[in-house]
Amino acid sequence: MRAMTYLRPESPAAAVEMVAATAGAQFLGGGTNLVDHLKLGVTSPELLVDISRLPLDTIEQYDGASGRGLRLGANVRNSDLAAHPVVRSRFPVVARALLSGASGQIRNQATTGGNLLQRTRCVYFQDVTTPCNKREPGSGCSALEGYARYNAILGASDACVATHPSDLAVALAALDAVVVVLGPSGERRVPFDELHRLPGDDPSVDTTLGDDELITAVEIPSTAAGERSTYRKVRDRASYAFALVSVAGALDLDGRTVRDVRIAWGGVAHKPWRARRAEAALVGRELTEDAVRAAVDEELTAARTTDETAYKIPMLRGSTALTLLRLAEEIR
Amino acid sequence: MTEQVVSPVRVRSVGRRLDRADGREKVTGAATYAFEHGEADGVVDPLHVWLVQSTVAKGRVARVDSAAALSHPEVEAVIDHTNAPRLEDTDDRELAILQDDAVGFRGQIVALVLAGSAEAAREGAALVDVSYDVEPHEAELREDNATYRPDSVNPDMETDTEDGDVDAALEQAEVVVDQTYRTPYEHNNPLEPHATIAWWDTVDGRSTLSMFDSTQGVHGVVQSVAPMFGLEPDQMRVRAPYVGGGFGSKGEAHAHVVAAALAARTTNGRPVKLAVTRQQMFALTGYRTATISHVRLGARADGTLTAIEHAVKEQSSAIKEYAEQTASPTRMMYAAPNRRTSHRLALLDVAVPSWMRAPGEMPGMFAHEVAMDELAAACGLDPIELRVRNEPDLDPETGKPFNNRRLLECLQRGAERFDWASRPSEARSLQEGDWWVGTGVAAATYPAMKMPGNSARVRSLGEGRYAVAIGSVDIGTGARTVLTQIAADALEVEPDAIDLAIADSRLPSASVAGGSSGTSSWGTAIVAAAQLFRADHGEAPDAGVETTASAADDPAADQYAFHSFGAVFAEARVNRWTGEIRVPRLHGVYSVGRVINPMTARSQFVGGLVMGLSAGLFEESYRDPRFGHVVTQDLATYHVASHADVLDVGAEWLEESDEAFTPMGSRGVGEIGIVGTAAAVANAAYHATGTRVRSLPLTADLFLD
Repeated sequence: MRAMTYLRPESPAAAVEMVAATAGAQFLGGGTNLVDHLKLGVTSPELLVDISRLPLDTIEQYDGASGRGLRLGANVRNSDLAAHPVVRSRFPVVARALLSGASGQIRNQATTGGNLLQRTRCVYFQDVTTPCNKREPGSGCSALEGYARYNAILGASDACVATHPSDLAVALAALDAVVVVLGPSGERRVPFDELHRLPGDDPSVDTTLGDDELITAVEIPSTAAGERSTYRKVRDRASYAFALVSVAGALDLDGRTVRDVRIAWGGVAHKPWRARRAEAALVGRELTEDAVRAAVDEELTAARTTDETAYKIPMLRGSTALTLLRLAEEIR
Repeated sequence: MTEQVVSPVRVRSVGRRLDRADGREKVTGAATYAFEHGEADGVVDPLHVWLVQSTVAKGRVARVDSAAALSHPEVEAVIDHTNAPRLEDTDDRELAILQDDAVGFRGQIVALVLAGSAEAAREGAALVDVSYDVEPHEAELREDNATYRPDSVNPDMETDTEDGDVDAALEQAEVVVDQTYRTPYEHNNPLEPHATIAWWDTVDGRSTLSMFDSTQGVHGVVQSVAPMFGLEPDQMRVRAPYVGGGFGSKGEAHAHVVAAALAARTTNGRPVKLAVTRQQMFALTGYRTATISHVRLGARADGTLTAIEHAVKEQSSAIKEYAEQTASPTRMMYAAPNRRTSHRLALLDVAVPSWMRAPGEMPGMFAHEVAMDELAAACGLDPIELRVRNEPDLDPETGKPFNNRRLLECLQRGAERFDWASRPSEARSLQEGDWWVGTGVAAATYPAMKMPGNSARVRSLGEGRYAVAIGSVDIGTGARTVLTQIAADALEVEPDAIDLAIADSRLPSASVAGGSSGTSSWGTAIVAAAQLFRADHGEAPDAGVETTASAADDPAADQYAFHSFGAVFAEARVNRWTGEIRVPRLHGVYSVGRVINPMTARSQFVGGLVMGLSAGLFEESYRDPRFGHVVTQDLATYHVASHADVLDVGAEWLEESDEAFTPMGSRGVGEIGIVGTAAAVANAAYHATGTRVRSLPLTADLFLD
């Protein structure tokens, strides 16, 4: 076996200090993704700093200078978060996104922070015998002309066509969540849209966080739309599969007219894709199937597909329309 | 070996439910699977073996640099083609590993690392640096490269068949279906990955090789591996007390078994343990070839078939030929005077394909039964009525009478269960909420097979108890339970008076748990031994007397064609917004001879239906032709049905007894459940949506407007 160091810090600050002090160190949360990578040889850190026992495991409502909402500790397990009564009633999209991911056992183990930082399931990223720019910068992208069914159609580059696998992240993108991050020079707050990045010419970097920055909490602001929100994941099998595409939708209506709408997509990009152009096309309009389909097409003018991924366009049209129309029915 | 003419068994336990003989051990974790054997079984202080696999598809190993691996403190040895023990027989290029520098496929074993722990062996394998002289490879099956005509197809069937004049009949046909159907590469993926423990010893001056192996046939492993090491069969012993499934992938020894034996040859008697990882299974333990079936059906306007043609293109590995008998069911399924089938292979630089549940019937009946659905639609006929009109009087292939062909009764029973009479005849005519709803049907068939080379031993233990022994394996099917029932009835005692021993190559010879032939083959041998035992030793035998026998061939059996039949009904729902397809109802009705144990048989049927559903909707191994290996090589990317996909799945069977085939009246149940199931799902999806999908799996993207 490979020898590596494993440490359990006493506090978040100590954890940050440990990782900052050692090149190639990594935080270990629930381990549902990182431990696979250790076995597959995708990553070989010299030091693992296990933050899973730090007391970052509470869910609390906040009402203060930063507004009203719900603060999720980074170590709250996915299953606990999905079952929380306030999450279920005020942010249903979060509970539904979580429950559409993984399996019961994995959700019991996986953490809120770790869920956001899981890495692509692109088969070439996970197979160390094939080139992959994300795993080995400069080696090439095998997915461009290979197994492409799950490839990105928005914001991809010639260096990488991987998609982000998280369902929770798609829900949080729709709700304008804020990620609270602790680094060597203190705490900072990252708007959710700015957490993950597009691949560009350096797909090895998934997020805007420094290697020594630790997610300690996620804040979800309360909104009227958030209370009428849901998540629809389209996948080959009914359970335990990554999204072909997924839709996080949140809706606030004034009569039949859209007052506020949030649309985020999974399975289409290197990051959860907030469909702001589609949202803008719908605000102030009557919510109809045709209007949603047209708004989706507006967002997708920038999409680039291949024979293998062309299906995602009609799938996004249909699933986004279904998601928003069902929310509208709930409201009426 | 004494041969005994068998007579039908008077059934008492056979036909009734008996709980699994090994159920308690399995659910409490007490059952010991191959990799788990330890000191209690003679596996003391083992070394662990890890496989190093080729990262090129074709070429030669230029150099194996073991220095870094050997400097690992726990690594004991690295074995490659330069220092591996020599094998006496290297004809089988899948099994004869590390004998030369040739690389025939990506994932081939090119070195073995031995270490004190599995973790160290794995790390050692990562440290072995192999360099290659790479040659161009071909790893893609296409219609234009499947040109090789094998001498025969699995197991030993004609490659091509032809009766009448197919081309003339198609020209004159009033209705023609002329389509191409495709099935993907599929991997067996039993729950328990393959594993082998091996150790060498010397007994009475002769070398012996002992193994625990996760296999469908302990005798088969001896027969294939012993000669490679120059051993007589009695110098090798293989045991497999518990096996967590195989689906054909453990039907024959694969390269890892030889790897374990080779590694153990170098350790001065110390045992070695080798576990194949899930990812390695995608290269090393067999799979189902992709198939391209060109089917042409000619018919009169009333649906009567006048011509049937099924031309198959598929692939094998260039290093070892395996020709799937994909068109074989087409030869006997329906009546038509003009018939032609053929098989052509592309021989590729890829992993070696092998048996996967219902090889031949599964992909072949997908093609044929979807084509029949298309013919029914073209003739404006109900698909069941189409099959009624084409029911043959005699086996179209052999001209012999079928012993027991009850396909139409299966179809009729299923039609009642599925309320077929109320089904709209037009496709895309039912919508419920967000879903298009449809139903479909397909026929199933599987040949009844009995293997040669089976014998059993019956020994009196006194006080009315009997030890019954046969070297067969229970891979989770319930064989241990049904063989106990058969032995009990053959000896006319209660099942709890039987001590059954199986799963050891020191026990009388038994054929593989495959081809749905196990119960027929082993059970008939047990009946032979029991009946001869009673003839020789009477009703009150002394303790210790024993009889070993095999069954004499029944010459009368040659006059019949023995096949099982079934009908599969499916309901499919396709989401009109997302294209997602779900199958809320699946029901199979089977004619398989007498069912020996309703509980374990139902498990086989339902398991087969679920596996067919899984093939219909999910399973596909994506081989990247640039690299030559399957890149969907784990259960996150190779999808099998999850619990949420398996909804109302039912199976039933016709009451019958086929005593012309076996003295128990049974014909075998292991494979027929997967046959036709994917076709029924595809036909239901067509009925739901009006979209005809001719390739598997049926995924959401195929149903989007």
